[in-house]
Amino acid sequence: MQIIKTEEIENQIAKKVQKVNFELPEDVEKAIRAAHDRENSEVGRKILKQILDNSEIANNERVPLCQDTGLVVVYARVGQDLEFDGSLEEAINNGVRKGYKDGYLRKSVVKDPLDRENTGTNTPVIIHYDLIEGSELKLDIATKGGGSENMSQIKMMKPTVSRAEIIDYIVQVVKESGANACPPLIVGVGIGGNFEKSALLAKESLFERIDQVNPDSKLEKLEADILEQVNQLGIGPQGLGGNTTALGVNIKSYPCHIASMPVAVNLNCHSARHISLVFNGEGR
Amino acid sequence: MGKVDKMKKINLPLDDKTLKEIQAGDEVRLTGTIYTARDQAHKRLVETLEAGKELPFEIKGSVIYYVGPAPNKPDKVIGSAGPTTSYRMDPFVEPLLQAGLKGMIGKGARSEAVREAIKRHNAVYFAAVGGAAALIAEHIKEAEVIAYPELGPEAIRKLYVEDLPLFVVNDTEGNDLYEQGQKKFSNNTN
Repeated sequence: MQIIKTEEIENQIAKKVQKVNFELPEDVEKAIRAAHDRENSEVGRKILKQILDNSEIANNERVPLCQDTGLVVVYARVGQDLEFDGSLEEAINNGVRKGYKDGYLRKSVVKDPLDRENTGTNTPVIIHYDLIEGSELKLDIATKGGGSENMSQIKMMKPTVSRAEIIDYIVQVVKESGANACPPLIVGVGIGGNFEKSALLAKESLFERIDQVNPDSKLEKLEADILEQVNQLGIGPQGLGGNTTALGVNIKSYPCHIASMPVAVNLNCHSARHISLVFNGEGR
Repeated sequence: MGKVDKMKKINLPLDDKTLKEIQAGDEVRLTGTIYTARDQAHKRLVETLEAGKELPFEIKGSVIYYVGPAPNKPDKVIGSAGPTTSYRMDPFVEPLLQAGLKGMIGKGARSEAVREAIKRHNAVYFAAVGGAAALIAEHIKEAEVIAYPELGPEAIRKLYVEDLPLFVVNDTEGNDLYEQGQKKFSNNTN
């Protein structure tokens, strides 16, 4: 049995939730630079330039890229041969609490959806657990902003639906989001599974690099076709018009019921903050 | 549609002459005092008006910025402070315009009713760049919580801004930059 020290998890998370809020992922920054060079709208280019300048300021000053430093979502993949010297759930929440305080990050979580009282700690975190083989703990952590989350949608389509209809639905979700989800976007899509599984897949897809080729060639082609259509919408950077509405489309799929074709679309703003941590018995 | 290259400097408060001059599509730099308010603060402001009580700041001629800033580091006046999505404040706009509000700063399109109200009340809606929060914070020179401190990031703050970078979206003539801009670049026939 490998024993994982929960204190180490707590410390790493406290550090990394700050870093992830100060630095644009390298693949996203690269995509914004490329978009800036080919954007046809003058206003669009100015906005993309402002986003790049903002990234530089945030990185240098160690301040958040966006004031919405998000609700923390964790996909925890727990090796079944592991043992912990304390509560994993507490360690994750304590790390987030400490990181958000030390990093002067915004606390954006309310205790009760109806009473709306802020917890003041940016916790609780949302954690999805998966048991995996082996003796490693993998934590994929996203600090997800509310603006793009609010524009996300799910639809239980018919199993006989055509490929074109699936594309139309996803493009329509982006169209309806307009400027609200802070384009240029990253479009996360989950196809299959069931109602909640498709949503989990959509969010999970946002952890993938946008310049990475989908291992499933069918999905790779679908991603390319959706991206092309989305960028024909004209929404552009911040919705003020242009041909950069999305920087990338990521799709994940899963087997599903003969009666079902769930499609979930989880939008992410350009401040696409996520990080992966791996722990083993040796500490890291 | 205004041309982007004629960037305009605007000093607050907004007067009728300035409001008449600025057009959807203009890139502007705003200097002066503004107030922050987002979801919960808007709810309270409108409840205050409905109760016939006094608002926590002089709303006549004022500009509200939809933002819940990050906490300030000790060496800064404010943390990152980009715009939040405006449609959530749409239901509260009419009574505030009636009370004298002249400008709003946020991101994202407004409802038909709000756009019509902006025109009718001779007001303006500006967009700031969502996610450019660290850059925007550099243009905020003073910040002070003046109401509802228990709301934390949603408290009302009085800000002094210098050359805040904005785009005019809805002007006094009823133009809308989201509509104009997207139409110009759309190849989508849906």
